[in-house]
Amino acid sequence: MTDATTGPDHVTGPTPDNAMRDADRAQAQASGPVLAADGKPLKRSLNRALRAQKLRALALIAPLLIFILVTFIAPIADMLFRSVENEIVAETLPRTVIALEDYTGGVPDEPVYEALGKDLTIAAELKEHTRLGSRLNYETTGISSLFRRTGRDVDDLGETYTDQFEDLNEAWEEPSTFVALFADPTWIEEQQEWAAQAEADRDFNEPEPRFYLADGVEEVFPETAPMYERFAQVIQTEDEDSPTEEEPWNIVYLTLYQDLMANPDIADAYDGEVATLLSNAADAVQGFETMNVKEFFLESDEDWADPEVWGTIKAFSPEYTSGYFLASADLQLTPNGIERQDEDQRIYGLLFQRTLFMSMVIMFSCILLGYPIAYLLSNLPLRTSNILLILVLLPFWTSLLVRTSSWKVLLQQQGVINDILVWIGLVSDGNRLVMINNQFGTIVAMTHILLPFMILPLYSVMKTIPPSYVRAAKSLGASNWTAFWRVYFPQSVPGIGAGCILVFILAIGYYITPELVGGTTGTFISNRIAYHISTSLNWGLAAALGSILLAVVLVLYWLYDKIVGIDNVSLG
Amino acid sequence: MKITKTLMATTALTLAAGLAGAEEHVEMADDMTIVSWGGAYQDSQRKAYAEPYMEQNPEVSVTWDESSNEAVAKLRAMNEAGNITWDLVDVVASDAIRLCDEGLAMEYDPDELLAPAPDGTEAEDDFGDLIVSDCFIPQIVYSTTFGYRTDVEEWEGREPDDICDVFDLENFPGQRSLEKRPINNMEWALLCDGVPKEEVYDVLETEEGQDRAFAKLDTIKDQTVWWSAGADTPQLLADGEVVLGSTYNGRLFSLIVEQDQPVEMLWDAQVFDLDGWIIPEGLSDERLARVKDFIYFATDTQRLADQAKYISYGPARQSSAPLVGMHEELGIEMAPHMPTDPGNATNTFLYNYEWWADYRDDLDAQFQAWLAQ
Repeated sequence: MTDATTGPDHVTGPTPDNAMRDADRAQAQASGPVLAADGKPLKRSLNRALRAQKLRALALIAPLLIFILVTFIAPIADMLFRSVENEIVAETLPRTVIALEDYTGGVPDEPVYEALGKDLTIAAELKEHTRLGSRLNYETTGISSLFRRTGRDVDDLGETYTDQFEDLNEAWEEPSTFVALFADPTWIEEQQEWAAQAEADRDFNEPEPRFYLADGVEEVFPETAPMYERFAQVIQTEDEDSPTEEEPWNIVYLTLYQDLMANPDIADAYDGEVATLLSNAADAVQGFETMNVKEFFLESDEDWADPEVWGTIKAFSPEYTSGYFLASADLQLTPNGIERQDEDQRIYGLLFQRTLFMSMVIMFSCILLGYPIAYLLSNLPLRTSNILLILVLLPFWTSLLVRTSSWKVLLQQQGVINDILVWIGLVSDGNRLVMINNQFGTIVAMTHILLPFMILPLYSVMKTIPPSYVRAAKSLGASNWTAFWRVYFPQSVPGIGAGCILVFILAIGYYITPELVGGTTGTFISNRIAYHISTSLNWGLAAALGSILLAVVLVLYWLYDKIVGIDNVSLG
Repeated sequence: MKITKTLMATTALTLAAGLAGAEEHVEMADDMTIVSWGGAYQDSQRKAYAEPYMEQNPEVSVTWDESSNEAVAKLRAMNEAGNITWDLVDVVASDAIRLCDEGLAMEYDPDELLAPAPDGTEAEDDFGDLIVSDCFIPQIVYSTTFGYRTDVEEWEGREPDDICDVFDLENFPGQRSLEKRPINNMEWALLCDGVPKEEVYDVLETEEGQDRAFAKLDTIKDQTVWWSAGADTPQLLADGEVVLGSTYNGRLFSLIVEQDQPVEMLWDAQVFDLDGWIIPEGLSDERLARVKDFIYFATDTQRLADQAKYISYGPARQSSAPLVGMHEELGIEMAPHMPTDPGNATNTFLYNYEWWADYRDDLDAQFQAWLAQ
């Protein structure tokens, strides 16, 4: 494609590019670096000149480059990324995902439920559990309401221990006890300073200083400290409240119980009032009434004993998943590996085939109808052909919906065409033709809508074919047909190529027209993509379907290039 | 910056002038973008809520957007972009639940945000069970029901009065129109396959139950036109393309009463559904204050009753029902055209939101595969 004499290497005269190469050669011959007139190495000066030149060139194309990146490359990259991205599970249930690492099937044990209890408490406070529920519900029906229902109950998890701690000593009700146990002394100071300032000045509305744990407390309370830290964070950011004023969640008491059970000498790490409180508690917990987290979950919803739920969480715990692409290929990712989708749910393969087949049919109908029209347009005197060209363009300026709806009026069973056929007597009143809400209707309406995209490139190519060629062929004895087929047609092929690519690629992504006139047998894959984007919100699946469609178009384009040759495409 | 400041200053001035005891109010934004469904429904909201509100608050200007049918996707995109341009969105209850689940709609406290009934009943009790989600502010009760043509010769004078007549091709031959999604169709199919009303969702949960519903729908599949826009069925009925079709009762009302077509309503087994407001999550304080002020006004007893002057959807408040009056232009009594009217509501079906939230993805895949076969 590029003209061999205008490439950057063929510019005559000195350019930094050429000079670089000369410098390289000179350096290879000489023993030391070649120096410029000012004493600096020649290569470095040349490099600088070259860089400036390249930057200038880049600055010139920058607006276009940025435009293409922002409006074209970035959305496609985003779509491709979405089709595999699956961070939500690991982000919302981090502990559960780790606890499930060795899960192989069946109903998991207590530690998994404990991890889930912690994750779900936090997620419910942040109102993130329902999002995760909808995400997993795409894979296994019922998880959506399972998460919603348990999300409502989960703040009671650990209440047994809360009550017992509080019965033991009222200090356990006080937020200040927990602050004293876990907060860094510096933070307590900062907080008090902040509180005093807020008290003194009504207009003072800086946020409270961010909570942080005391050094080493995580070793003493391996379970409770991280939980309490999370509690303090959520209280500060979500509720815009202070940990100094809020009683911790029930789950914090549960973890406190666990830590005290695991390490009865915990009080040794503290002194003063807190130490007494802790050592008393450490003695008392031995006699505490215990609770079973697993039972708590099963009581909330018995589906928590369903291995399928756990299998789904496990199968979709990695941050990247092939699940969406598998679903697009009528497969599914299950705990036991990849399986075929149930027969009554396989649809995407059929829709891809149908989309490709119908787009081909539409493309060929456009050639059949568009070629004679373009031929006529290019061979008529300019004045007449301009008027005809306006007729071709007129539908372009009419709303797509109006054009599609008017096909409904024409094609429906009580429509104009059927009425005329019945009136002439070609069909009986009881046997009116079904021409809409099926494939036929889609093909007719879409051929009409896409026809200008075929006619215009054809027309502009045919305009450039000199009439003298056909006349010359005829004067040499060719018949009308031979002159057309051997002389005229080959020259119009680039127009057909351009028209085909335009029509086919537009057709493959169409969805409004098939939705309106396609009925059940005339819908395209893009209708499903639209459904997943706007109704089911399964954007990952929509992105996967879109990526596959993009790949199919690229493969077809490549095939087209191999067979016809992309150089044979011309828009005029 | 300067503009916002002037704007806020003016708001503060008008507030101080207009409202007694304005101390507890924060500054309110003057612009509001309300999203609704367009058409006659949006007009009814404009006339019943927005115009009287703007009369009281002349500084407010309302921009209407007709994007409710893609509100869920657009709100999610806005949320990801971090730029919420809508202040109040009208959605059906199932979408409200989805938005609430996704954290895209704001949870609210009914007794704080909504006005009590004139007799002092708290809003939460006045709306009752219709508050199906923590984010959903109910507005109207509508129903999906059937309309049929009264001039079908093949029916020899028979008129359908039972939901199962939809599946009866012998007595009621002709094309039907049904919505291109499983919701409602599956329930009707099971009801007419002999499943008692209370057990429909239990049966539909099982694979056999789903097969039964599809088998029942199979009997009329090749006589059915599947619609995806609410305006399709009225158009198909008017053109005589179908003799019987499901759609929203308000659409049939305008077809029958306003356009005077030879069509009647089949109220049997009408499925109640709800439509209402949600407030997007993440509004600024000023915009939120304005929206709250508007909502308090627009969902009070009188305003909800007023809406029924323009469209035949039932108000969501119990206290509004006795106030429903005449159609504003036609001058006919509206109560008999309400889906909630005792004469129409002899056999009704309540859409189970929670159930469909679980089964929608799964059954929709099956339904589309079934349609495509």
